[in-house]
Amino acid sequence: MSIVHKTGGLSGLVTRLGRQNSRSDDEPSRVAEASSVVVEPRTVAATSAETVYASKTLARFLDLLFARPNDAEVMDLGPVIGSNITFLGERVGCKIHVEDIYADIDRHIHQDRVAQLPEFLTGRLRVRPSSIDAVLGWDVFDYLPPMAATTLASELMRILRPGGVFLGFFGARASDDPRYTKFFFEDESHLRCRYYPSACTRRWVLQNRDINIMFAGLEVFETVLLKSGVREILFRKRILS
Amino acid sequence: MHEEKASIGKSIVINGELSGSEDLTIEGRVDGKIELRDHVLTVGSNGRIKAQVSAKAIVVLGQVTGNLNATEKVDIKETGSVEGDVVAPRVAIADGSHFKGSIDMQKKDQPEKGVFSKPESKSKSETPKTDTAPVNGEFARV
Repeated sequence: MSIVHKTGGLSGLVTRLGRQNSRSDDEPSRVAEASSVVVEPRTVAATSAETVYASKTLARFLDLLFARPNDAEVMDLGPVIGSNITFLGERVGCKIHVEDIYADIDRHIHQDRVAQLPEFLTGRLRVRPSSIDAVLGWDVFDYLPPMAATTLASELMRILRPGGVFLGFFGARASDDPRYTKFFFEDESHLRCRYYPSACTRRWVLQNRDINIMFAGLEVFETVLLKSGVREILFRKRILS
Repeated sequence: MHEEKASIGKSIVINGELSGSEDLTIEGRVDGKIELRDHVLTVGSNGRIKAQVSAKAIVVLGQVTGNLNATEKVDIKETGSVEGDVVAPRVAIADGSHFKGSIDMQKKDQPEKGVFSKPESKSKSETPKTDTAPVNGEFARV
């Protein structure tokens, strides 16, 4: 069994700098790839709540995205992250739409209007139907009540192009932790998780069958089950023949 | 030689079209359209803009509602807030800033696709995985 454990903060920087200068530092990633080991996120230090982990679905997501034309359009359902924008804009060369659904959830909670979320999310993503090549949905569905989740899923299926992909993370169990996660691209196959306060907790964990029903218009392209129980699922919209 | 920097103060409100050929800092309020083709527009921390903006570079510390078009760079600082579409070859967005809209970096000299490093295994077939076969107890494709 091979385990890749990357560290964040300064040590993460050192890791990255070291990687540039040493081929051997790349090897753990390849080992992980070859032996199909998925790495558990780990807390890096008491002073830093950040974690870094290998994400096979991110690598595949970017792989598929990179195969799209240069004018591909990506939608990020999380808060804006400058380094991700730079990565997607400069290295992948796509147009990025930032639609922070987490902020929408918090706003509705603060205004005591959670019941209105489904209505709000209908037409929330103001782009043409079938115009988006890829969606980064992160773990937003863990925080949405069922009706709102169903509405958002329908919206995603509406805006995705045939062949377009959606990356979502689905938790294994509910949690009382009042924090959302920001997902930073560490590189093309690693994500750095940084946490920030939220108005709600991870309450609405979906079972596999719920996910399959909710995203019936999409096919599961790849699923990776982390040891934590989190399911990273890469969906693809069917191409009509 | 000392070059004066133009600025619009906190108490100034402008409705309409604003254009010029020097760098400009806005601390007041502008509703309409701003054009500084070859110069830098800075929206100060007190600035409130509701406008379509075109400039060489745009730095945002205050609030902007409207589309930003820069020939060089858009820089949204930590205190900055932008709601609109950004078109610029370079975009920097600080952690903690607010952004809602789209970003098009219109990269003309797009790097060759091969420049993007990818693990070798990714050249495998893109056939969707079957929903079977747990692998070595560590993870499973389900």
